[in-house]
Amino acid sequence: MTTATHPSASAPSLTPQQLFRKQAAGEGLSPDEPDAAHRHVIVVTMENTIGALNRVANLFSARGFSLESVSVGIAEGQTARMTLVTTGNDRIIGQVLQQLNNLVDTLHVDDVTDEAFVERELCLVKVAATPAERSALMGVVDIFRGNVVNITPDSMTFEVTGPPTKINAFIGMMREYDVREVARSGRVAMRRQLVFETQS
Amino acid sequence: MPEKNVTGAEILIRSLEAEGVEFVFGHPGGAVIQIYDEMHRLQPKFEHILVRHEQGGTHAAEGYAKATGKVGTVLVTSGPGATNTVTGIADAFMDSIPLVVLTGQVPTKLIGNDAFQECDIIGVTRSITKHSFLVRDVRELASTIKKAYHIARTGRPGPVVVDLPKDVIAARAPFEWPERISLRGYSTITRGEQGQVEKAARMMRQAERPLLYVGGGTIISNATDALTRLARKTQIPVTTTLHGLGSFPEDDPLSVGMLGMHGTWYANQAVQNCDLLIAVGARFDDRVTGKIDAWAPHAKIIHIDVDPACISKNVPADCPILGDVGHVLAQLEPLVEFRNRADWLTQIEAWKAECPLEYVHDGALRPQHIIQELRRKTGGHAVVVTDVGQNQMWSAQYFTYAEPRSHITSGGLGTMGFSLPAAMGAAFGLRKAAENAAENAVPVISINGDGGFLMNMQELGVAAAHKLPLKIVVLNNSYLGMVRQWQELFHDERYSHTHLAPTNPDFVQLAEAFNCVGLRCTRPDDVTATIDAAWEVTDRPVLMEFQVITEEMVFPMVPAGAATDEMITQRFNPEEFA
Repeated sequence: MTTATHPSASAPSLTPQQLFRKQAAGEGLSPDEPDAAHRHVIVVTMENTIGALNRVANLFSARGFSLESVSVGIAEGQTARMTLVTTGNDRIIGQVLQQLNNLVDTLHVDDVTDEAFVERELCLVKVAATPAERSALMGVVDIFRGNVVNITPDSMTFEVTGPPTKINAFIGMMREYDVREVARSGRVAMRRQLVFETQS
Repeated sequence: MPEKNVTGAEILIRSLEAEGVEFVFGHPGGAVIQIYDEMHRLQPKFEHILVRHEQGGTHAAEGYAKATGKVGTVLVTSGPGATNTVTGIADAFMDSIPLVVLTGQVPTKLIGNDAFQECDIIGVTRSITKHSFLVRDVRELASTIKKAYHIARTGRPGPVVVDLPKDVIAARAPFEWPERISLRGYSTITRGEQGQVEKAARMMRQAERPLLYVGGGTIISNATDALTRLARKTQIPVTTTLHGLGSFPEDDPLSVGMLGMHGTWYANQAVQNCDLLIAVGARFDDRVTGKIDAWAPHAKIIHIDVDPACISKNVPADCPILGDVGHVLAQLEPLVEFRNRADWLTQIEAWKAECPLEYVHDGALRPQHIIQELRRKTGGHAVVVTDVGQNQMWSAQYFTYAEPRSHITSGGLGTMGFSLPAAMGAAFGLRKAAENAAENAVPVISINGDGGFLMNMQELGVAAAHKLPLKIVVLNNSYLGMVRQWQELFHDERYSHTHLAPTNPDFVQLAEAFNCVGLRCTRPDDVTATIDAAWEVTDRPVLMEFQVITEEMVFPMVPAGAATDEMITQRFNPEEFA
């Protein structure tokens, strides 16, 4: 969850301004210091133009931000909706949000991390399976409320949807068998509350 | 009702006219030949300047934009024409200069096909543009041009690339200039939040040792008069960044000059000792702050800027104010009052006396003397366009700027070869403005080192062809001087690949070959006469080569990574010269 840091000799009693400047100078924070890096889920609504995704991806690489997962889809009213997962401390995340907002195609940026939100990921797993193994596999898949989406004489393909922790657990269970292929969609996220334009 | 169908090329030309474009700095080629053909036929209201290299074109457009406050326009062909503009686009992006760069592109059906002179210029420039457009339909051309100029000009200005495939230029549609355009993701803020402005005014009233830290945003926003009024009313001293030079008269007692790596010692002292720093249209660049966690250690910070991503990017603001500098200063003015700050100002005067800007007067030809003579000759009524390196820093330190838009330089990107084409663009813009106002244009002085001058010297031909009376200074020390300075100070005098003398041209002959006037000066006693002679030339550029000593360095200096109060102030012990 946190970025790797070298042990810091300084006492943890830094003022917020000292802390900020330390980060700005590119010095790492140890995990127990306040304002260390955290994972954030950011939902961006953009004009559905050619190259909108490129601009976002490019912004992350050009500014040196981490980008762990992106999922993009067409949403209401000629817009594209992206769910981004990134890691950083408050200063970095603040920059990410401002820079995303500065893109001309951006309509709305929402960091949902500290709000009540639902997130889902879809995963397809193909497993080599003899007819004798099928029922055992089905038992595992049922526990995860997954579906069989394809079956061949020597393989089965499953579909599971849920929060990333559930997907990780499912893939972990499947590793007991002969997994041949895994495809994950990346997360999509949404606030639980109906929000009106709360952004300043 | 819509008019008859015309070509995309004509729509482009009519759109540029509708935008009020005065100059297009361009170079033709295969993908844009139809635009040039229509230009020949239509004789548009704007003037096309044929530059000799597309990089020169972008710098010329930058110089035009910086000198006039308008948007610079560039027109180039696809492939190499487009890639040659990349340095200028990056330069404009770093320094918030409004440009629209129109690039030709191969026909739509060949895009992605590795066609002749194809380059994905949108992809190449994505991280160095404010925005970019690929026009796929001739019916969207006019509105795209209007959007491009709107985005380039408003908010924090910047470069916009418009890529124009050849078949779109050839296609036909009616020309309709849109009255309004829709950019629902793009908005700009002007007024500062009143509560924050009131908080800032309170902080300014309470501060004992406040300091205004002024950047180029103040000039972009045409807020220099408001700034000067505010500083004088509140008796708060002013330090400027490199791009802020000219936003506050440097001969005013409240001015402490430029801060940062090669700023004045006393400006950096003021920063390190102030208890309130009011950043106005500045972005806390690393050349300003040095070692960031040791910078302005006692100061609360007010940060006024139009770009939300700039606020608290490098240094956290105690009072951020998002808004156009001009608007925010106008909001602040009625809320602040005169306050006697004699103690603080006396302290600053003492610092000024303790370590002023100075250089050795020993009969050798030194660049600082030349810059001071140029100031004396013009009285400060000139536009100084510098290149990058030592010449840039001496020009910043010794010219004593008093007027906005009198100093143009490549600050963020630090592009050698910037000065000559940028000076040319500035001179075109100022000559046009002077003609319109029926007055004489102020002189444009291009200050170069011998290294940087060679990088875009081909534009001498353009300046000569248009009879621009540029005053071109080449401070020839036979070295890449700033690199040499670092090699001397930090690399044990190993002068690796910085010596230029073996292959430097004869600059006077070079100027004459381009139909300019060339003058040479080798002694301090001849500086005034050389400058006077140069000012006699009014119908063409004049190049003054000053053969200055190699060893001179730019001081004071904050070594890279050091705190700004750890300045190297002098190379020599002054007693050696006593």
